[in-house]
Amino acid sequence: MSSGGVTWNVYDADKLTQREIYGLVLCELGERYPKIVGLSADLAQSTKIGMFGEKFPERFFNFGIAEQNMFGVGAGLAKAGLIPFISTFSAFASMRACEFLRTDICYQNLNCKIIATHGGTSFGPAGTTHHATEDLSIVRAFANLIVIVPADALETANAVRACMDINGPVYIRIGRGFEPRVYESEDYGFQIGKAVEMHPGTDVTVIATGVTVLHAVQAAKILKEDDKLSVRVLNMHTIKPIDREAIIKAVLDTRRIVTFEDHNVIGGLGTAVADVIAESGKGCAFYKSGIPDEYTIIGYPEDILHYNKVDTDGVIEKVREIMGKEFEADEDWEDEV
Amino acid sequence: MAITDQEIAELKQLARKVREDIIDVTGWSGGTHIGGSLSMVEIVTSLYWKYLRIQPHNPHWEDRDRFVLSKGHGGVGHAVVLALKGYFPPEQLRDFNKSGSAFGMHLDCNKVPGVDCSTGSMGHGLPMAVGLSLGARLLKKEWRTYCVMGDGECDEGSIWEAAMSAAHYKLDNLLGFVDRNGLMIDGPTEKVMALEPFVDKWTAFGWKALPIDGHDFRQLAQAIDFALEHKGQPVVVIAKTVKGKGVEFMENKAAWHYGGLNAELVEKAKRGLGDAS
Repeated sequence: MSSGGVTWNVYDADKLTQREIYGLVLCELGERYPKIVGLSADLAQSTKIGMFGEKFPERFFNFGIAEQNMFGVGAGLAKAGLIPFISTFSAFASMRACEFLRTDICYQNLNCKIIATHGGTSFGPAGTTHHATEDLSIVRAFANLIVIVPADALETANAVRACMDINGPVYIRIGRGFEPRVYESEDYGFQIGKAVEMHPGTDVTVIATGVTVLHAVQAAKILKEDDKLSVRVLNMHTIKPIDREAIIKAVLDTRRIVTFEDHNVIGGLGTAVADVIAESGKGCAFYKSGIPDEYTIIGYPEDILHYNKVDTDGVIEKVREIMGKEFEADEDWEDEV
Repeated sequence: MAITDQEIAELKQLARKVREDIIDVTGWSGGTHIGGSLSMVEIVTSLYWKYLRIQPHNPHWEDRDRFVLSKGHGGVGHAVVLALKGYFPPEQLRDFNKSGSAFGMHLDCNKVPGVDCSTGSMGHGLPMAVGLSLGARLLKKEWRTYCVMGDGECDEGSIWEAAMSAAHYKLDNLLGFVDRNGLMIDGPTEKVMALEPFVDKWTAFGWKALPIDGHDFRQLAQAIDFALEHKGQPVVVIAKTVKGKGVEFMENKAAWHYGGLNAELVEKAKRGLGDAS
């Protein structure tokens, strides 16, 4: 699983943002792995990779506002034998530097770690230019790349540590910060490619990623109380490789699936889950919830999530809706499993 | 490492052989980026037979000098040089462009021994070369990075992003070349998108720019020798060349950026190589 040996007490995760936790964990890893280098494109403070830069100034490189070059340089540094952590906003990592990530890093299968901050609509009032609602769709199609969307700061810490066990490119998409904590501790068995069951259930399964995981958990509790519904919540923190087993099991157990993500409904978590369900050939009621195929509104992050119905209210609404949805059940399930 | 007359004579023979092989591969593969491969022959011949510290039998030797062909479409020119150096048997080039082959027009570092970086899309090689140079310095390694760019490639913004960063980090272990053959797919560089004053641009970006005749082995050696001693900034050799150099019916013709040759044209092309250098 994770690298082991890197020990730090749980930071006060209620006070530290995902980015700050990332910065702290990277500093810890920097002690352990002298070949880690940090790269920034004039966002050292915003992405918190500057914390690494302050601790290891000789291993930190700023490239100014030049993301394409930063990703290409990252590829070169990896070829020299170093382990680059490349940080910028998700919108720029996936789009401005897109081809450099794909061709220089993923095609050559290099040991670069991309920490894409301000994912989804987390940069709220900054507006659509700074929202990343397409990044998962884009980078999911890059062969060799592992794609992780941690649910909170503690999972970010786990993901950043675990990516050191991968000798290849990893894309970790985190928020701007201010995202509330989902986990009580880091000790829940984080494993790349393995979904985490956050809430048990047998009537319907909510599959969420990133910031929507907390809302899914909160909704599941409310639905249990108010509607007597048993809602399974899966935290699909790894978008690629997707946990096929957990998805198929959810189809088998609950026959109703809804996905939630802070991303365009095309190409992200929902599409990845739909692929698995469709290939399984099993009947199942299914909805994808996310940002509709349109450009985002401006607003505070929580308001944008609410507007797009991927917050707690949105999860409750969509789960109630899917409970009334008809689908053709496969009566011969048992003999096909 | 001054160059001798004897060395120049030998390099000229090698350059002729490289050109013959480029023509042969172009003939049997159906087509290659032959024009820009012929224009860079003296640059890569100088590097591979006089300057690069490499071990062809040990392509992943940690302390080797790195060579990045930023103008990745020169893949056929690079591939024949690697074959002649012994990285792989030259017969393998018979598969060039074939289905399932290790050899396509743009070389894949995970398939072709001796290729340090996969390139092909323009403007990617120099950023990677900057990363290699930064990495070597951080790891306190003596190896150097050599990067050959195309002139049309210098339309790409990422070349200038990389140029800024190489100067900012004072990468004197990086040596760039621009194969200044003056032609790109749609015509002369100055007509498609003017590069001049080209030397001034590199100078303004903080590089020591050395304009030379890119087909003259003595000038190439002088420029490289200068760069090896130059401290505190990266050096770029602006190598004035002729696209299609050595093949009379191709020289200075943009149409020969990419092309195929039938048996008759292969013979005709080779016949004219006599005094290519």
